Amino acid sequence: MSSASPTRDHVWRALADIPDPEIPVISIVDLGVIADVRIVGRRVEVDFTPTFMGCPALDTMRAQMEEAIRGLGAEPDVEVVLDDSWSTDRITPEGREKLRAAGFAPPTPRGEGTTLVQLQSNGFRCPYCGSRETALENIFGPTPCRSLRYCRDCKQPFEQFKTI
Amino acid sequence: MNERVQLLLALADDELLLGWRNSEWTGIAPSLEEDVAFSSIAQTEIGHARALYELAARELGTDADALAFDRSLDEYRSAPLVELRRLEWARTIARHWLYETADAIRLESLRASEDAELAGIAAKIDREEVYHRIHAEMWADRLLASDEGRPRLEEALDELWPYALGVLDEELRPELVRRVEAKLGRTMSDVEPVARGTHEAELAELLDEMTMVRRSAPAGARW
Repeated sequence: MSSASPTRDHVWRALADIPDPEIPVISIVDLGVIADVRIVGRRVEVDFTPTFMGCPALDTMRAQMEEAIRGLGAEPDVEVVLDDSWSTDRITPEGREKLRAAGFAPPTPRGEGTTLVQLQSNGFRCPYCGSRETALENIFGPTPCRSLRYCRDCKQPFEQFKTI
Repeated sequence: MNERVQLLLALADDELLLGWRNSEWTGIAPSLEEDVAFSSIAQTEIGHARALYELAARELGTDADALAFDRSLDEYRSAPLVELRRLEWARTIARHWLYETADAIRLESLRASEDAELAGIAAKIDREEVYHRIHAEMWADRLLASDEGRPRLEEALDELWPYALGVLDEELRPELVRRVEAKLGRTMSDVEPVARGTHEAELAELLDEMTMVRRSAPAGARW
């Protein structure tokens, strides 16, 4: 443990090492769930804006943030922000690329809407072959954040991160 | 118990019980796709319930699990619509579509609330409910477009209509009438709503099953 308080940079770097518990290729910072970090003496305040409310990974994320902050010798104070400040638009460009590389099609920007017409359009690229010839198989998937799609070109089913 | 807590509990109870009812399709839905869909919708609804119970618990000095599982039947503030056991597809889709339609109206109203915390959580819930609504509309359209599906769905909608009205406070009901009539292209009957405050016989059975594991554990058990 260091004797000095950590800086905000230290905290952001420590948080950036925490993987998403369900999609570990992406960090919680890439995911955009950290809204703010403040240093108040020995205490580190984090505003945590969660993803999907039914996501079982939220408790794990919070526990890992607290552990990382204690690892810097500070006292964590993680405040959950329960409003609509998190959206998939908060996922960083790096995070989107990591999702794609791991076989998840990243979410489309919110402005493009979430109507069935849009979901059934071929605006989604297959993360394996890049084809736009993909079809919606199921709006719902194995976790609240994912839909299931199928690539007609490379015949590969894949998961689409839902836009919210 | 103040009005705000009562409202939070009504919303949370609706989402929790409907989540449980939706989860009854896990493994036995007409197709694998619907096993996944109803299970995922159940998970999201129960997630909403948890967040709403946490807000209420903060005011009541308890926790979300205690509110979800340790109250007596009379203390639940759920709408009777979500208490019904509907293991028949047309009735399930009728309840799903009516609930999502009513819930959308309720969330729009809450998003405009002067209570910033309530408006915030309603906005967050609404983001996720968009997908439930797409699913409900898609199934309603599919049944309405088929010769066998239409009469079965229409019959179930008529049967559940007084229950659907009961999900909403009186001032929001005309908007539900408007949206349902616009979708079906006909007039809904002017009936007495089956409102909050009474419970369906099926609720006792549901609560018994829902709280079984928690009741079986010694006091103070941690999960």
